[in-house]
Amino acid sequence: MEFLTPPPVRRLTGPEGEPQRRAGSDPGGRSNGNGNGNGNGSRSPVFVGGRARVAPATIAIDRMQVEDVSVDYGRKRAVSGVSLPIRQGEVLALIGPSGCGKTTLLRSLNRLTELTRTASSQGRITLDGVDIATIEPTALRRRVTMVFQQPNPFPMSVFDNVAYVLREQASRRPKKRALEGAVHEALSRAGLLDEVRDDLDHPALRLSGGQQQRLCIARALAANPEVLLLDEPCSALDPQSTQVIEDLIVKLREDVAVVIVTHNLQQAFRVADYVAFMYLGELVEYASATQLFSAPGEQRTRDYVSGAFG
Amino acid sequence: MSTPQALAAGSLPPTAPRRNESSASWRLTDRLGLGFAWFLGLLFCVITAAIVIYLFVQGIRYLRPSLLVTNPSAGFTESQTGGFLDPLIDTVVIAVMSMAIAVPIGTAIAVWLSEFGRPPVLARIVESTVEMLAGTPSILLALFGTLLFEAPWLGFLSRTSGGVVFGRSFFAAAAMLSLLALPLVVSSVREGLQAIPSHVREASYAVGKTKTATTRRVLLPAARPSVLTGTMLGLGRVIGDTAIVVLLLGNTLTNDPSGSAPILSALRGTGSTLTSYVFYNAPTGDGDQPGKAYAAAFVLLLMVLALNVGVDIVGRRGTALRWNS
Repeated sequence: MEFLTPPPVRRLTGPEGEPQRRAGSDPGGRSNGNGNGNGNGSRSPVFVGGRARVAPATIAIDRMQVEDVSVDYGRKRAVSGVSLPIRQGEVLALIGPSGCGKTTLLRSLNRLTELTRTASSQGRITLDGVDIATIEPTALRRRVTMVFQQPNPFPMSVFDNVAYVLREQASRRPKKRALEGAVHEALSRAGLLDEVRDDLDHPALRLSGGQQQRLCIARALAANPEVLLLDEPCSALDPQSTQVIEDLIVKLREDVAVVIVTHNLQQAFRVADYVAFMYLGELVEYASATQLFSAPGEQRTRDYVSGAFG
Repeated sequence: MSTPQALAAGSLPPTAPRRNESSASWRLTDRLGLGFAWFLGLLFCVITAAIVIYLFVQGIRYLRPSLLVTNPSAGFTESQTGGFLDPLIDTVVIAVMSMAIAVPIGTAIAVWLSEFGRPPVLARIVESTVEMLAGTPSILLALFGTLLFEAPWLGFLSRTSGGVVFGRSFFAAAAMLSLLALPLVVSSVREGLQAIPSHVREASYAVGKTKTATTRRVLLPAARPSVLTGTMLGLGRVIGDTAIVVLLLGNTLTNDPSGSAPILSALRGTGSTLTSYVFYNAPTGDGDQPGKAYAAAFVLLLMVLALNVGVDIVGRRGTALRWNS
């Protein structure tokens, strides 16, 4: 494995550790080529393991606007004065050291922060031009759904995990037949349908970790959200499942705006079109992934992505 | 993929036979302490085993199949006093009735304490009330029950003659017995709910579900093993209690219904359970038929043992499917 350009971030795995799964298998010429024969002029970054970054999506629609948002837990400020756009067609990654407010910012996007009693927030977040503070939280959370760090399927069957989202609050109706189409669609969007087609009645907690996490993504997609929030979705998973989910994220960005919080800089580089680097609650830099990793504008960003701290 | 295995194999030290630390090198006081701990532990086992074996031997000696299908009757000899069909049935009836009260209420209290619990002052009050209830001797509950169910406005729950409320019935006993089981149900369900990681709740909120929907569809199903464990523990407590049954079930040897309605009359009437039957027939009791007492005690012991095994099985099943926290 040759590296024409040095990896933009520190390497965590050995070069011979990962097979070339992605390169060449990508349909539709999405990949930029995997580096071999890549001229120095374009300097398309190649990642560890030879996986190429996918090209940015052709269209991007503004979905959410975060305007000068601050969140406090009691007297402790977790997020201060963050403004950024969230677009459909692009994946936005929030990176930064632990405790920098990434997750808090993510949770404030669907008002999950309100579940924390000490939390208070200022600023404005709009979804399709409407202030989310004016939207009923349960309605908002169906349009801005979230996937968590730990796979957390509900203690019911695979089918019911997805159907749960589609049914009225605590109801068991409509019955299976009526929801079959929608459930299958959500599962296939999450790339899980083929694996669980025969086991839809099995308890979801019997699936493997990676399958559980994709079920959680299917669940989040079942509500047909405009925005999908992912809070370190791969940090509890093995590399193979991680790859499957990363591919899925890139595929999903066409239909939903995807925001992903990650500690894994390589992952941010692989999946994100735009990256927001946060530090101590502030948004230090918001730039396209290529720019942020190759030519960061701020010294703190440079230090973080080169592994000086964090 | 061979690298990690090779690494693991290489980094392991050569396997040396592991030997337990010998107490030969300990100080004398430590050795004495260890010996004392062993002695106490074994003594405890011996005492428990003695009780169980004694009851088994006596039970098998006196238990006849006929005892299970005949009713108690007045008499002076073993052959005259009959069996304990009614006490056996009543034990089951009273246990079912108490748990029908204790499980829903206990689960509701546990859900409120664990998921809502606002304002915190009220939550603390409820919590210490439940704890206090757990520590209350059952004879106090029984005494309070006699007072309560003799009140005229609760007369419909027991026998009433000439405006005087008798205050002893299945309803009265089950109501007070359910208070015994309640703390066990509450603490078990609450533990089960608190063992569910918070991200599971949030995952349900994050797809637009309300708190009540989450509780009904996600949290309670996840806590079902704890509800079952609490029920079993409560059942054990209820069928083993004597004081409330003696004071509030009337302690008539056979069922003595009140009124003519088919089931209601029996429940408004009086009866006895295995515990009160044993109490009555024990050598110090009014009946003084030790053989019958041993046989009934043996049946009771079997029921409690079965419940303990049930708790074990349910508890083990419940830990099979879990999330990471």
